[in-house]
Amino acid sequence: MSSLLRMSGIVKTFPGVQALQGVDFEVVEGQVHALMGENGAGKSTLLKVLTGVYPADSGEILLRGDVIRPRSPQDATRLGISAVYQELNLAPNLSIAENIVIGREPMGPMGIRWREVKRRATQALARLGLELDVNRPIGSCSPAIQHLTAIARALDVDARLLVLDEPTASLDRDEVENLFTVIHRLKAQGLGIIYVTHFLDEVYAIADQITVLRNGTKVGCDTPAALPKRALVSLMIGREAPSEEAAPQREVSAAGEILVSAKELGRRFAVGNLNFAIRPGEVLGLAGLLASGRTETLRLLFGIDRPDTGMLMLDGIPARLTPRRAMRAGIGMSPEERKTEGIFPSLSVRENILIVAQVQRGWLRRLPRSAWAEADAMKDELRIATPDLDRSIASLSGGNQQKALLARWLIAQPRLLLLDEPTRGIDVGAKFEITGLVERLRSEGMAFVLVSSELSEVVQSSTKVAILRDRRMIGEADDLSEKAILDQIAEGDR
Amino acid sequence: MSRRPWTFALALLVAVLVLNLFFTPGFFAMEVRDGRLFGSLIDILNRAAPAALLALGMALVIATGGVDLSVGAVMAISGAVAAGLVVQPDGFVLQALGPQSVGAANVIAVVAGVLCGLFNGLLVGFFRIQPIVATLLLMVAGRGLAQLLTNGQIITVPSDAFATIAIGATLGLPNPVWLTAAMALFFGGLTRLTALGLFIEASGDNPTAARYVGIDGRALRLAVYGLSGLCAGFAGVIAASNIKAADANNAGLYLELDAILAVAVGGTAMTGGRFSLFGALIGAVLMQTVTTSILTRGIGTEITLVLKAFVVVAVCLLQAPAFHEMLKRRRAPA
Repeated sequence: MSSLLRMSGIVKTFPGVQALQGVDFEVVEGQVHALMGENGAGKSTLLKVLTGVYPADSGEILLRGDVIRPRSPQDATRLGISAVYQELNLAPNLSIAENIVIGREPMGPMGIRWREVKRRATQALARLGLELDVNRPIGSCSPAIQHLTAIARALDVDARLLVLDEPTASLDRDEVENLFTVIHRLKAQGLGIIYVTHFLDEVYAIADQITVLRNGTKVGCDTPAALPKRALVSLMIGREAPSEEAAPQREVSAAGEILVSAKELGRRFAVGNLNFAIRPGEVLGLAGLLASGRTETLRLLFGIDRPDTGMLMLDGIPARLTPRRAMRAGIGMSPEERKTEGIFPSLSVRENILIVAQVQRGWLRRLPRSAWAEADAMKDELRIATPDLDRSIASLSGGNQQKALLARWLIAQPRLLLLDEPTRGIDVGAKFEITGLVERLRSEGMAFVLVSSELSEVVQSSTKVAILRDRRMIGEADDLSEKAILDQIAEGDR
Repeated sequence: MSRRPWTFALALLVAVLVLNLFFTPGFFAMEVRDGRLFGSLIDILNRAAPAALLALGMALVIATGGVDLSVGAVMAISGAVAAGLVVQPDGFVLQALGPQSVGAANVIAVVAGVLCGLFNGLLVGFFRIQPIVATLLLMVAGRGLAQLLTNGQIITVPSDAFATIAIGATLGLPNPVWLTAAMALFFGGLTRLTALGLFIEASGDNPTAARYVGIDGRALRLAVYGLSGLCAGFAGVIAASNIKAADANNAGLYLELDAILAVAVGGTAMTGGRFSLFGALIGAVLMQTVTTSILTRGIGTEITLVLKAFVVVAVCLLQAPAFHEMLKRRRAPA
């Protein structure tokens, strides 16, 4: 087997961030090479350099021994590098055949040669071992068929190297099997495949080689056999020697009634098998890798998404939640996506902070001026860097916006607060303040569910930890230490 | 700038008035006849009243990220209801209600306007139809409905009591000006003394975030479209009273566009979020001032619309952050 792609010493810098710091990456013909890493590891930057979305600052790309410099995705496609992203970019009202040849329609004197279109589409699908009615509009097909069509389109251009970015995110178990069959076929045809996924089990099912990136550096490259799950997880999260220290023992008043409990709770393509109970004064940490279903769990608890299996109990009564009902029941959520789901960009910082308290009070009675003092106190306590609270929140830095969003809920003091990545983008000092505030409110009887990609933060703040893997809860942590939790994430069901 | 989004509209209004001070003799002249004021300025306020009324409701609707295209047609409906109930012409659909006093007829007409608005709110808030499509429905069908009410005829109302609403005056000022002022105070109080204004702004600024903090976007939309219908109801009664007749075809024709312009000129972003009722009023008065100025200068009416367009473009350009940036960059190298 000969080397198909060799990227060496790839460096890419964005203003303020070195996204790739001299990464080497090699794909051999007929090989599935898994590219792994958490958020910000540099996976997508590497792929974008490869597919010509942007040029590398330095480094070399060799395709079958020739130096290439793709200047655009079209350019990369011409060179034989095709990519299928999570967002498929299909035209839902066009047929399967049209979607496959779109942009490269065979033209004759009378316009598009439709018979040739169908022949080519059928052929491209046959290469995947599929027989479909190519006249069907793609929008009416299952997500799996849509994905396979996108792959067929990528292959229609004599691709030598195929990039699959999160191909199974919206597929069923059976459909994943189908996809794997197709991948095996393509391997046999000598294609090189770069496979990006967050699902550990898939990697071990399909990959011949694994490369792990972290903070723009290659931190590992080995065969699955030589890289057990435990080691892989450690490489991704970046703790070769995780702290074995148990979290500080905390007093939890056991007398409290169960606030919220989940039994076999789940939602298709989101998260499943959630089993836990939360009492006042508890912090339930959700531990797991990226895309393991942590945010999805919070969305179910706050009523943004409806569960389709299992039961959610609120104060011992089965509940069908919407965000409004959840709020009225005393549940709050600080979402991860602060720009799209959190801030009101044209409102002032003060309005952004006080809006939840105002909603609790109702629209008719405006918060009195005296409530402003609470916002000012929060500004000082969380060190929100702004001269005054009357300017628009859009003028604040990301970290300060995040603090304002937390302040919103800390003032409102719900019974249960769901925190999704509460300290992302926040300076160390404020992180400390926030951890302290959570602990103080907890000891006063508030309950939390905490999601953080920093395991140390989860261990520090939680009174118990639920472990999620591949969109399923696999149990609660036996032992509140980073090492024990990492082991459980890696080992999965026991 | 973000505090007083109406700065530019007000500045332009002052500029137009100053131009008139120098170039239009007698523009600021005012006299008292029969205990009421007459003059170009009073005339401007009086004529701006219907658009200003609509602009109040429209500002709230636009702040939620929507638009209400139906207000002109709703004016026709409420005018038809008011005139029809007073006169009771043959074949009048609402005959069952019986002949009404002018006061009762007007109240019922305004209620009809509110119902139309609530219908819009239902479509937008609960059925999630795009506002432009949802209100287009009543914009088109509303005039048909008004024609059904009037049986396709123009209903003339020979009642002086009915005419007083638009033509009469109180304490020297025309009644429509008082009515508009009262509605402006009511809207201002309703949105700013309560948290309604904040919720409207939040919901238009970021609907997802608004949902996540527990703001009821559906009820909010029902309310703002209902309020817009309330304004259209009043404006419709004024329009009918003004000509002592209900004209289903022409009452409030294209007035929804004037209202939208007034809101935009007054500094409320069409994308939703922050709104300014005061700006909307200034916007409506500015548009009418330009129109009246042109007419009193003896320039042809065909020029009026073009000039109005220039004014709108000028104000919107002055408000645009992108335009500010451009000016700054120009100035920097100099």
